[in-house]
Order: sequence, then structure tokens, then C-alpha cells
Amino acid sequence: MVGVGIEIEKLCVGYNKAKVLHEIDLEINPSEFVALLGASGCGKTTLLKSLSGFIKPMSGAIKVAGRDVAQLPPEQRNMAMVFQSYALWPHMTVRQNVGYGLKLRGVGKGQIKAKVDEMLALLGLSDFAERKVPNLSGGQRQRVALGRALAVDSPILLLDEPLSNLDARIRLLMRHEIRFLQQRMGLTAVHVTHDREEAMVMADRIVILNEGHVAQVGTPLEVYEQPKSNFVATFMGAENEIAVHVSRANGSVELIEQGAVKAASLPVSHEIGDGGVNWRATSAGQVLGRFHSSAAHLVADGAVPAGHLAFAGTVTQLSYPGGVFRYEIECSGQHYMIDDACRYAVGDAVTICVPAGGLHLYSDAA
Amino acid sequence: MVQAVLSHSLSRALLRTLAIGMLAFAIFGPITNMLLWAVAEVWYFPHKLLLEYGFVFWERVFRPEGNATEALFSSVWIAVLTVVVSLAIAIPAGYALARGKMPFRYLVMLLFLLPQAFPAVAVHMNVARTFYGLDLNGSVAGVVLVHASQGLVFAVWIATAAFAAVDGELEAAARNMGAGRWRTFVDVTLPLALPGIMASAIFVFLISMDEFTGTYFVGAPEVVTLPMLLFTSSMEGNYQIASISSLILLVPSVGFMLVIERFLKADVLANVGN
Repeated sequence: MVGVGIEIEKLCVGYNKAKVLHEIDLEINPSEFVALLGASGCGKTTLLKSLSGFIKPMSGAIKVAGRDVAQLPPEQRNMAMVFQSYALWPHMTVRQNVGYGLKLRGVGKGQIKAKVDEMLALLGLSDFAERKVPNLSGGQRQRVALGRALAVDSPILLLDEPLSNLDARIRLLMRHEIRFLQQRMGLTAVHVTHDREEAMVMADRIVILNEGHVAQVGTPLEVYEQPKSNFVATFMGAENEIAVHVSRANGSVELIEQGAVKAASLPVSHEIGDGGVNWRATSAGQVLGRFHSSAAHLVADGAVPAGHLAFAGTVTQLSYPGGVFRYEIECSGQHYMIDDACRYAVGDAVTICVPAGGLHLYSDAA
Repeated sequence: MVQAVLSHSLSRALLRTLAIGMLAFAIFGPITNMLLWAVAEVWYFPHKLLLEYGFVFWERVFRPEGNATEALFSSVWIAVLTVVVSLAIAIPAGYALARGKMPFRYLVMLLFLLPQAFPAVAVHMNVARTFYGLDLNGSVAGVVLVHASQGLVFAVWIATAAFAAVDGELEAAARNMGAGRWRTFVDVTLPLALPGIMASAIFVFLISMDEFTGTYFVGAPEVVTLPMLLFTSSMEGNYQIASISSLILLVPSVGFMLVIERFLKADVLANVGN
């Protein structure tokens, strides 16, 4: 079955009057893979539970193919869900687990067997059909849970942190497997995760939630390269923070020399990839800069290239996570993590250079 | 020094042997006495051992027209009915209590404990007085109700624990697949809680088989159960009949030990009373 679109309109959800989701507006296109990304407690799981019908929203609408399902019980929504705990029934065999949804739909025994066999073959579980769930490994359980959800041919697939209980290596494999199946079947998928990389790799679009509000919606490239707010930038891994003083001149940002920061002129970005600053501040003056440790590099001799934010510091720690060295640089009491391929020693004086294209500027910490 | 240690360990071994011996006697002594009496045909003071033994009294107990057979059947019949009544209450009550949406949860759970909280004789005397007015005295229904009131606390508590041990997400998964509330309960919740429910059923069965006071007040003289027969026969000095009845009563207890060991899992037991 081909996926259908979901429109979420002004959705408010709460437990005991405490609001968890505040007027969420979100449109999910047919056959699109959307990741709901956020820290724990941001409301991403609550949003998924509202979609699946386990929580009744206070107000607002959830439209599936144009029909509002917000007040329907879970069994009438026809959305297949993969649970974080897998929630496989231990008193049933793998075959019974996968076939249960079809049995409920009144499908004939022969047809159920054929469909379950097809599912199990697709997921590489053919040898395990008659096993009981407790006798399966974590990865196999995950596949059974996926098979159970896919067997009912529901147009919408809901994934509640399905990979969080798996070994790191199997997790990486399953990311691609789930994505492959979703694309092959053309399903609309909503995936909840707190793992940024997982969301980036799997999703067409990422919805970043913060305290019950949508912080940003965009493709992985958009939310990574052009985070709208300081929160999104931080969440997407731009952990390095520096206060800078700036003024605006036509089409560029002028960095004013202040403390360790050197004066420079940086172009402002108009579209992703043009190498300009992601300017999100409301006005010039004191602004907050953010950048990824991989976006910056170090120079030893102070020869700063043009169009870079540059400030001097001292190497206080180094490690080798693979590919590049990771340095901790101290600069006027603050610490920065910088990745660089060149080797420096602890105590070396270096200058951190952040290209305009790797810098995000915000007015406030929100 | 060596001697002191030796005598110390010796006295400890002696003490332990003595303790184990006394414990064994406490357990097996009465049973041995019972076993001897069950096969005794002639045995009187001051003889320490049986004078004549055989199975004459067994034949008498199990004779179709003998009142022991009748008592056994009425005991089993009452126990079965008690189980049915208890489960009919314990399953919905246990489910509601386990899912925790009920107001005054703990109060309700304590309510089932009430019949046990007062002296049994006082409770049963008043029950008998009330049942007399309702025309339930001397009826199987009356006895079943009395037995159920005693079994319910265990039935409800164990059923609550059994339902609480069922992961709510397993039910959510069934709902998500398209099963309504009832279908989910039948297909997922009940099968997973069944071992605990079975254990509570056996528990209630045993309580009913063993119950005396309530049966005496409410059922006598029309309803005669095995414990009542045991009581009257031992009062009449008919130790053979009493011993054989006791042996019959022992069978379900031993069976229960075996079954509970198989069915009741640690996660259910850990939930009892929560």
C-alpha cells in the first residue's frame, strides 16, 4: 500500500492539565520519512502516541488523508507501530506475532501463511517462524516487530525509538534496512529518536522539538547547515559557543575586534552551501556565535585566512577519535572542541579559525 | 585448645541433629500417626503398635452409600463453585486494580482483607444469623459464599499481581494492530496472566477444601464437607475415618505445591500486595 499524508493542526496534548505539546502544526507528505528529534521530555514520544491514538489530544486535529482521526481509538487508526521495547507477545510464536494483525482483519488462514512467509523471508527470519519470542536475540526481535507492523499493509508506519536497544553495529545496519523497506513499500513513516545521526541518515525531513514546540522542520541538510535558533544549532552538534560583537554592512557581517577575537568581514549566506554566515540574529551588536568542532581548523602561526572568525587560545587536551585529532582549546576561560588533521601538543599556542560558512549567529540563547 | 574446639564443634553438630530431628518429628510425627491410624483395624491403649491392620475402613469410606464419599463430592463441588465465584470477581477486580485507574485502590484491596481481620467465629456467627434471614443457611450456595469471602483476598491479590506483571505495551501493541479492548484482553492480557490466575484458583480451591468454621456455622447439618466429617468422626473417636479423610485432604495440598512451583513466576510473586 502506498503511504498517505498526515496533517497535524494546532495539536495540544497534555497529561493532567500539564501541557506537553503546544499547538503543533506539521504536515507530513505521502511516502515521506519524518524523524521527530529531541531530547527526552521534549514531547516527541507524546506526539507519536497522539498519532497512534494512545493519548487523546486536548484540542487540535490529526488528519489522515483528509479525515480527522484525533478522537479515534488506536485500533481504528490503521497505523502500524514498532515499539521501543518491541512489545512482542511472548506466548505466541514468531509466525503468530507477525500474523496477528491479519487474523484480526479476517484474512483467510492460507493467505495469512503466505503473507507471513513473505514477510519473514524479506526480513531474513524464515528459519525462526515457529520459535517463541523469548528465544530470539535483540536484533531478531526487532525484525519480528518490524515484520508485524509491515504485515498489515498499513499506509503509515510509526517507529518509537526502535533502534535504541540494539548493539551499535546492528543499529547501523537496521537504519538502512528500515529506510530501504520504507522506500520500497512507499510508506509514510514517523520515526521518534534522540539520536541526531540516526535522524540525519534515515529521514527525508527532521522535526526538532523543544519543550513541546516545533523548533525547526527541514531536510537534514537544512537543519544542520542553517539551524534557525541557538537551541537547534546546539542540538545539531554546534557545541562551541563564542560571544562576538558585530555590525552589519550591506550583505556582510563585520566582526569587531574584542578580546581574543580578531576583526574580520564575513559574507552572509543566502542559500545553503554559498559559504556565508548563517545570520539569525535580530540586530547587530553583541551576538552569540555557534560552530561545529569539525567546521573549524587550527593555525599555529596566526596567519588567518580572510573571511574567518579567528581567536587565539592554548591546547589543553587532545584525543584521537579517528581520522582527525580532537583538541580542547582554552581561550579566555572558555573551552572549545576543534577537529584538526595537524598534530599539536598540549600547551601549544594556536588560533581557531571558523570559516563564515560554518558560523551561526543568534541574538539570544533561546 | 584443640579439645575445646573439638568439643565445641561436636556440641554444635549434636545440637543441629537434635534440631533437625525435632523438626522432622514435628512434621512427620502427626503424619505417621495419621498413616498408622488410616490402616489400623484394631489399636488400643496401652499397645504402642497396631494390633490388626488392613483396609477395611477404606472400603467403608469409599463405599458408594458411605457418607465419606458423599462428603468428598460435596467438598469438591463446593470448592469448584467457590473457585468459579472467586474468579468471576477476582479477574475483573484484579485487572482494574492492576491497571491502577481505580480511585481508592488500596482501600479496595484492604476491603477484601476485612473478613480475615476479625475473629472467624464472630464473623461466621453473624454471617449465619444474616444468612438465616435470607434462607441461605444449610444451602450449598450459602457455604460457597462463605468460602468465597475467605478465598477472595488471595484470589484478588494474586490476580492483581498477575495482571500487573503483564506489560501494558503488549496490550498497546494489540490495540495498534486493530484489536479492540475486549479482544486485546482475551488474546493478550488473559493468556499472559493465566499462570497467576491458575495459582489463585488452586489457592481458593484449597482454602475451600480445608474450610471448617464457616461451613459449620452456615452449612451444618445439611451440608457435610470432608473437614466436617473429619470433625464428627474424630469427636466420636472414629480415628480411622478421620485419618483417611485427612489423607484425602492432603492430596490437593501436595498437588498445589507442585503446581504453584511450576506456574507462579517470581515476577508475579514480587507483585503480590502491590
